[in-house]
Amino acid sequence: MAGQSTMPATLARERPARSLKRRRGLFEQVLETTIRAVALLSIAAILLIFIFVGKEALPLLTSSDVHREVSLWGLFTAHSGGESSFMWQPVSEVPKYSIWPLITGSLKVTLVSLVFAVPLSVGAAIFVSEYASSRVREIAKPAIELLAGVPSVVVGFFALIVLATWVQTAFGTEHRLNALVAGLGLSFAICPIVFSVSEDALRAVPRSYREAALALGSTRAQAVLRVVLPAAAPGIAASIVLGFGRAVGETMIVVIASGNAALLDGNLGHSTRTITATIAQELGEVVIGSAHYDVLFALGTLLFVATFLVNYVGERIVHGMRRKLGIVS
Amino acid sequence: MSATATTPVAPRRLVGSIRHGDRALETLCAVSVVIILAMLVIVLGDVVRGGARTLSWEFISASPTHGMTAGGVFPAIFGTVAMTLLMTIAAVPAGVATAIYLTEFASPQSRVARLIRVCVANLAGVPSIVFGLFGLGFFVATVGKVIDTVAFNGQSVYAKPCLIWSALTLAILTLPVVVVATEEAILSVPRELREASLALGATQMQTILRVVLPEALGGILTGTILAVSRGAGEVAPILFTGVAYYLPHLPTNMNDQFMNLGYHVYVLATQSPDVDRTKPQLYGTALVLLFLTFLLNLVAITIRSRTRRGSRAGR
Repeated sequence: MAGQSTMPATLARERPARSLKRRRGLFEQVLETTIRAVALLSIAAILLIFIFVGKEALPLLTSSDVHREVSLWGLFTAHSGGESSFMWQPVSEVPKYSIWPLITGSLKVTLVSLVFAVPLSVGAAIFVSEYASSRVREIAKPAIELLAGVPSVVVGFFALIVLATWVQTAFGTEHRLNALVAGLGLSFAICPIVFSVSEDALRAVPRSYREAALALGSTRAQAVLRVVLPAAAPGIAASIVLGFGRAVGETMIVVIASGNAALLDGNLGHSTRTITATIAQELGEVVIGSAHYDVLFALGTLLFVATFLVNYVGERIVHGMRRKLGIVS
Repeated sequence: MSATATTPVAPRRLVGSIRHGDRALETLCAVSVVIILAMLVIVLGDVVRGGARTLSWEFISASPTHGMTAGGVFPAIFGTVAMTLLMTIAAVPAGVATAIYLTEFASPQSRVARLIRVCVANLAGVPSIVFGLFGLGFFVATVGKVIDTVAFNGQSVYAKPCLIWSALTLAILTLPVVVVATEEAILSVPRELREASLALGATQMQTILRVVLPEALGGILTGTILAVSRGAGEVAPILFTGVAYYLPHLPTNMNDQFMNLGYHVYVLATQSPDVDRTKPQLYGTALVLLFLTFLLNLVAITIRSRTRRGSRAGR
C-alpha cells in the first residue's frame, strides 16, 4: 500500500524540537511575552466595553438625583397621566423615557430587513454552493461579499435619496422616511452576512450526502431540499441569528433613512426611531452626567448585552453543526 | 431502476414534471444571486453617476465654502486618512500578535486561547454605536482625564474628543478583522515549512519571524486592507470621540478634532436646511468615500481569492 510508507514519517513529525527553546535569546523571550500579553487585549476590550458602557448607566439604579426623573424600572413602565402612556420625549418639560417605542422601532426595521434579506441570501447561497460552476462561484461569491464593503453611511444616503422615493411611489406611504425604507436599506448590510454564513454551512455538508441522495434516484432539487438543506439547517438558522444581531446594531443606515419619530405603532409606513439612532442623535447634545445621558448609556448596555447573547447563540449553533457533521474546528 | 435527471436515457414523459421542479429551484436561486448583485450595482451606479458630475480637482483639493454648498472636501479626506493611518498602526500589530499567539503558542486545549477566540468573535458583533459610547466613556472621559491629571496639571488637553481617541476606538473595532484574516493565513502555511526551519536549528521565534510570517504575508495584507476599508467607512464610533463638522484648520496634533468623509455625508444628508442645494456636494463626498473604501475592498478580496486558490492547488 502506498499510504503505509508515509505513515511512520508523519508520526515522527508530531513533536517539534522543544529542547531548542533553551537557545532563545533575551530578545525572543521579550517578544514572546509581548505577544502573549497583546493577545489578551481582545478579552480586555470586551470587559472594558461592558464596564465602561454599563458604568455610565449605573446611576439609573443608584442615584436619587436621577431617580427624580427616571428609574430603570420606569424605562419599561407606563407614565402616570398624560394622553399617551408610552412615550420617548427626553427633552420636554416633563421628560418621558419609555423605551418601548424605540424597541418596537428597532424590531420593525430589523424584521423588514430580515424578511427581505433572508430568502434572497439563502437562495443565493444555495445557488453558489449547489448549482454554480466553479468559475461562476469565484465571481459571484466575492461580488456578494463586496456589498459588505459599501460603508453603511453610503447605503443610508442611497436609501434617503433613491429608495425612499421608490417606496413612496410604490406604496404611497404616509411619511417619506419610514420603517420600510430603513429596513430595505438595512437588508443591503445584512445580505452579505446571511449569505456567507449560509454558504459556509451548505458547503460543510459532506459530498457523500448529495451523492447518496442522487444515487437513490432523487433529482437535484430533491437532494438540495430534503437532504442538504436539513443537514445545513442549523448553520442557516445561525446566519439568520447573526443577521438579526447585525441589523439591530446597525446605526448609520437607520439614522439617515428611518425618519426618527418615536411612534409606538406597527405601521411600517410610519416614521420610526430605533435604539441605535436614538443614541447617535441625542448623545451629542446631552449634558454629561444628566439623567438623559445615563438613559442613553443604558440603551447602549441593552444593545451590547442583546447582541452579545444573539451572537453567542449564533456561534454555538454553528459550532454544534460542525461537530455533528464531523468538522470539529 | 433509476430516474435521475442526469440519466440521458430516462424517458422524457416520466421525468418531465420532476425536471420542471428541478429547474424551478435552480432558477429561483439564480434569480436571488442576480437581485443581490443588482442591489450592489444600483447603489454603486447611483453614487458614481451622481458624484461624477461634482468630482473635480477642486473638489478633492479645496475646503468647503458657502455653508457646504460649494468648494471641496479636502479636510475631510485628510482627516479620514489620518484617522485610518493611526488606527492601522494600532490595530495591525495587535491583531497579528493575537493571531500568532492563537496559532503558534497556544495549545489546542488552551482555555485562554478559547476565551480569546470567543472575545474576538464577540468583538466583531458589538454594534458600532456601542463602540462610540465606549470610546467616550473610556478613552475621552477616563484615559484622557488620567493623562491630563498626570502630565498636564489638570488642563483639558486629552480629556476631550479628538483624533487619537477616534483612531483607537476604531482600532478596537477593526481588531477582529485583522485577527481572523491573519489566523487563516498563518494556518494555511504548511507544517513542513516550520519543521524544516526548526530542523535546521532555528528557534521558534526565528521560525515565526522568518518563515511563517513572510509566507502568510498575503493574508495579513488582506486583513489589513479590509480593516482599513472598514475603519475608513465607519461613522457611528467616531460621532462622540473626535469628529467635527467643519474646521478651519487641518488637524496637526493627536488631540485635534478632525473632519471625516462619512460624517460629512451624514451631516449633509440629515442636517442640511436645503437638501437640493447640497445634493451635488453630498453625492461627491459619498463617491470619494466609496472610492476609498471600495477600491481597498476589491483589492483585498482579489488577494484573498488568489491566495486561497493557490493554497488549495498547492495541497
